[in-house]
Amino acid sequence: MCLAIPGKVIELFPGLPYLATVEVAGVRRKVDLGLLENDMPKSGDWVLIHVGFAMSKISEQDALEQMQTLIMLGESEQAIQEVRGYGLEDADEPEAS
Amino acid sequence: MKFVDEFRDPEVINKTAEEIRRLVDPARHYRLMEVCGGHTHAIYRFGLKDILPSNIELIHGPGCPVCVLPMGRIDDGLELAKDSNVVFTAFGDMMRVPGVQGSPLEHKARGMDVRIVYSPADALKLAKANPDKHVMFFAIGFETTAPSTALTIIRARAEGIHNFSVFCNHVTIIPAIRAILDSPDMRLDAFIGPGHVSTVIGCRPYEWIAVNEHKPIVVSGFEPLDMLQSIVMLLRQLKAGEAKVENQYKRVVPWEGNRAALKAMSNVFELRPYFEWRGLGFISQSALRIRDNYAEFDAERRFSVPGVRVTDPKAAQCGEVLKGVLKPAQCKLFGRECTPEHPVGALMVSSEGSCAAYYNYEHRKAMATTLAWPA
Repeated sequence: MCLAIPGKVIELFPGLPYLATVEVAGVRRKVDLGLLENDMPKSGDWVLIHVGFAMSKISEQDALEQMQTLIMLGESEQAIQEVRGYGLEDADEPEAS
Repeated sequence: MKFVDEFRDPEVINKTAEEIRRLVDPARHYRLMEVCGGHTHAIYRFGLKDILPSNIELIHGPGCPVCVLPMGRIDDGLELAKDSNVVFTAFGDMMRVPGVQGSPLEHKARGMDVRIVYSPADALKLAKANPDKHVMFFAIGFETTAPSTALTIIRARAEGIHNFSVFCNHVTIIPAIRAILDSPDMRLDAFIGPGHVSTVIGCRPYEWIAVNEHKPIVVSGFEPLDMLQSIVMLLRQLKAGEAKVENQYKRVVPWEGNRAALKAMSNVFELRPYFEWRGLGFISQSALRIRDNYAEFDAERRFSVPGVRVTDPKAAQCGEVLKGVLKPAQCKLFGRECTPEHPVGALMVSSEGSCAAYYNYEHRKAMATTLAWPA
């Protein structure tokens, strides 16, 4: 819960300015960008995600290093399971392509 | 040094370890507290103790949200969810934490509607998808997760969702550090500061530790090299007789923190006059509650909360371990009645808890050695 998960911003939604599709190790999930409203990420940027909310922008290298840390801590599987959102992903929204 | 082979750059690791050996005064015993449970997990996982000189002692701090939550709050939250119309949602970490009448998972087995969510936003989605139910989110965590809960409540208000509430157990890290420094049985030389909490609060809130308490603090990343570098920075300060706040984790932590996250928190939350912490007792202004303006989303005001107070099992010494007075294996229940499979105390539940970390790496290793020993 306290370790951040790195992800790459894939798609932003013009009608929903705070929502983005983010990819984490091949898994895509919508995350909320509202906590970065002062420095909004663009498509292709990397972010650190805490419990479904992007908390900071980071470089690609730092993102890869953070993923490596999660793998070394044995927490990468759990992180990916978390990113899958326990099946709640897009319960009421169209799937991003 | 089992895990050294996995390090990305063993040569740099070795050089940093050498620097640490050069900096330590062999006549001195160093007590460094890593505040964050993520660091505790990493220290055991990476076997960092094996790399450090024996006169550097790492004391595990209070930064494990599941571990510091008093048992009564779990019982309170579960009590609210006994209403058949209520769906109890919480992070996976919470699910196996025992209350007096069992953990959330055990309540689920008895028929309570208990669901794991990854994000408070998922709990809100669940509320939207089930308008005839009331979805309660059992919120825990320090400043790493509190902004997300705050923003979820703001979103719920904006979207006009009325069947959603938060049972707020968010706590703040600074008063816990203050309580530890005020504790008479605690002697510490310096702090390894939490990494991800600091992405939100920045480094400025730690300045009193350096200025008033004259203790060095270095905000650190989570890789083995990050932590070793942070220890180098602390030792340099100690050697020079300095006390400063330094930021080893600059690539992620801005000095000023995340202003949008702080704003969301202050819009939705206010400080409670006091809050009980497991092991540390009541600490004033150490936890967050929902402001009047968002009262409709406050489970404590929507429902009647029993206000259960439970003392920990007498034999369990979670408090002493949590304060760093005892090592996990010095607790009478450790590895016998209390294991990760059957936890008695919360420190054994979360991977960030020092007992679980110690059990999973040190204790299992020791048991394997014992079993492998010829009779």
